[in-house]
Amino acid sequence: MHQYINTGSKDTRSGFGEALLELGKQNPDIVALCADLTGSMKMDAFAKAFPDRFFQTGIAEANMMGVAAGLTIGGKIPFTGTFANFSTGRVYDQIRQSIAYSNKNVKICASHAGITLGEDGATHQILEDIGLMKMLPNMTVINPCDFNQTKAATLSAASYKGPVYLCFGRPKVPNFTPADEAFEIGKALILNKGMDVTIFATGHLVWHALEAGKILEDQGFTADIINIHTIKPLNNSAVINSLKKTGCAVTAEEHMMNGGMGDSIAQLLVREYPVPMEMVAINDTFGESGKPEELMKKFGLDAEHIVLAALQSMARKEQFAAKYAH
Amino acid sequence: MPSVSALQKLSSQVRRDIIRMTNSAASGHPGGALGTADFLVTLYFEFMKPDPKGFTTDGIGEDLFFLSNGHLSAVWYSVLARYGYFEIKELGTFRKLSSRLQGHPSIHEGLPGIRIASGSLGQGLSVACGAALAKRLNKDNHLVYCLVGDGELDEGQNWEALMFAPDRKIDNLVAIVDYNGQQIDGPVKNVLDLGNLKAKLESFGWRVLEMYGNDIQDIIKMLRIAISELHKGKPVIIMMTTHMGFGVDFMLDNHEWHGVPPNDEQAKQALSQLPETIGDY
Repeated sequence: MHQYINTGSKDTRSGFGEALLELGKQNPDIVALCADLTGSMKMDAFAKAFPDRFFQTGIAEANMMGVAAGLTIGGKIPFTGTFANFSTGRVYDQIRQSIAYSNKNVKICASHAGITLGEDGATHQILEDIGLMKMLPNMTVINPCDFNQTKAATLSAASYKGPVYLCFGRPKVPNFTPADEAFEIGKALILNKGMDVTIFATGHLVWHALEAGKILEDQGFTADIINIHTIKPLNNSAVINSLKKTGCAVTAEEHMMNGGMGDSIAQLLVREYPVPMEMVAINDTFGESGKPEELMKKFGLDAEHIVLAALQSMARKEQFAAKYAH
Repeated sequence: MPSVSALQKLSSQVRRDIIRMTNSAASGHPGGALGTADFLVTLYFEFMKPDPKGFTTDGIGEDLFFLSNGHLSAVWYSVLARYGYFEIKELGTFRKLSSRLQGHPSIHEGLPGIRIASGSLGQGLSVACGAALAKRLNKDNHLVYCLVGDGELDEGQNWEALMFAPDRKIDNLVAIVDYNGQQIDGPVKNVLDLGNLKAKLESFGWRVLEMYGNDIQDIIKMLRIAISELHKGKPVIIMMTTHMGFGVDFMLDNHEWHGVPPNDEQAKQALSQLPETIGDY
């Protein structure tokens, strides 16, 4: 099992903030907008360094999306910042018409995604954002796994032309991907090579997938562990090539099962390479208040549940093989 | 510079286009389109005068127009074609399969002259604010115009933008409210009363002007005033009184013509009231 070291837990949103400041220094066309969450979004450094290129819109997300779309007309590259809930569900039609259908070069940057938003509870814990965004034609959907990857993804989104939804989180989580690792939109990262099962993970669940890999190894199984940081476009060949080797899958994400990364992989597998697959995700329920780690445990989003899902997926593979042999 | 009578002739032709396009498509929104023909013709031919052949989405170095109430697409397409953005015969494809002239404006099919999709209401003023801010950042002194419907002001996003523009001192922007008092379900007053709109807009910090949008001389006069009021720290908004269905007697001021196309008989009757001046498509 390849060893990944936590170099010090950090929140992914701070990776976004650092990258945004860097981008501001590199490119005068980078502009940023925020709907009254500058501190939470870690956009204050950019706002301070580039006051002319930072637009505080107030708690008016619909207007923010429209203003961002307008700023692209004139060659600007706007990064909008608010929580995932207010970045997607609240402004779906604005994104749909003024950004996605109009193919505008807006980067919709969303923090506090998922259940790990924590104590604020279900009103703020959107678990549908990836599904909403991936259904829109022209939209690229990225969910990085740690501070370093969020920083790299933000830099990469700026050089990609077209609408991007980039979601990240609130809590401090292990920072383990190399700081100098190149981020290529749409290219899955193979974190560990194994033979028995493939674990596809995105966002905060990637670290848990690595933990699960260690537990499985102790039980005598080896896992391919693949970081799907880009949910759309999905790296189809990376998914299928791994499953040709391992023959069964687990997906793990901090999102609703409907519409998430696992849903994308399931669709691909049904069409092109059907194998047993289990999904670690939230199943058709709203979240609730609590500490992030308590919620992850309660909703079954942790290494333990990934291991159980992997064992189940491997068992189904064996059952299929036995049935097929007869 | 075209004379007022030349602009009037163009408007008549544009109105003929609107009737013929909506009749041919058997769908569309003739009422508001007819009402705003004089304004849009005057804006493009007398004021903006963009370069139709050098069209770019970014529009750097030229004035920009955004149609927030995208259901008025027929009048915009006609004015764009008559201005030279594309051939007038393409107007015959309006709302038909594989056309660049979608029911509501879109850039998906690459129609020159259009920079963003609109039609789902309430979004255009925000977009116009963004485009105006980009012009400011680019040190581009050209202006941004945005037409919104009065019924469209029901949408809350407008009020977010109406608060935002004065706060940001977006003073290279002219918003125009098509103040025809009609929306789909009836008079604006009955559907959701706008109350004292002028007082509301002024209290939000806009420089508010009024004009009669079915009189080209008044449009020219008031747009000149509007432009002279720009670059003084405030955005300008014009409450433009128009008549829905202007130019066709049986459509005049009747909200029922918001989104109903004329049938063949009605089209014939309407066209008899609108002189063909520079040639049908």
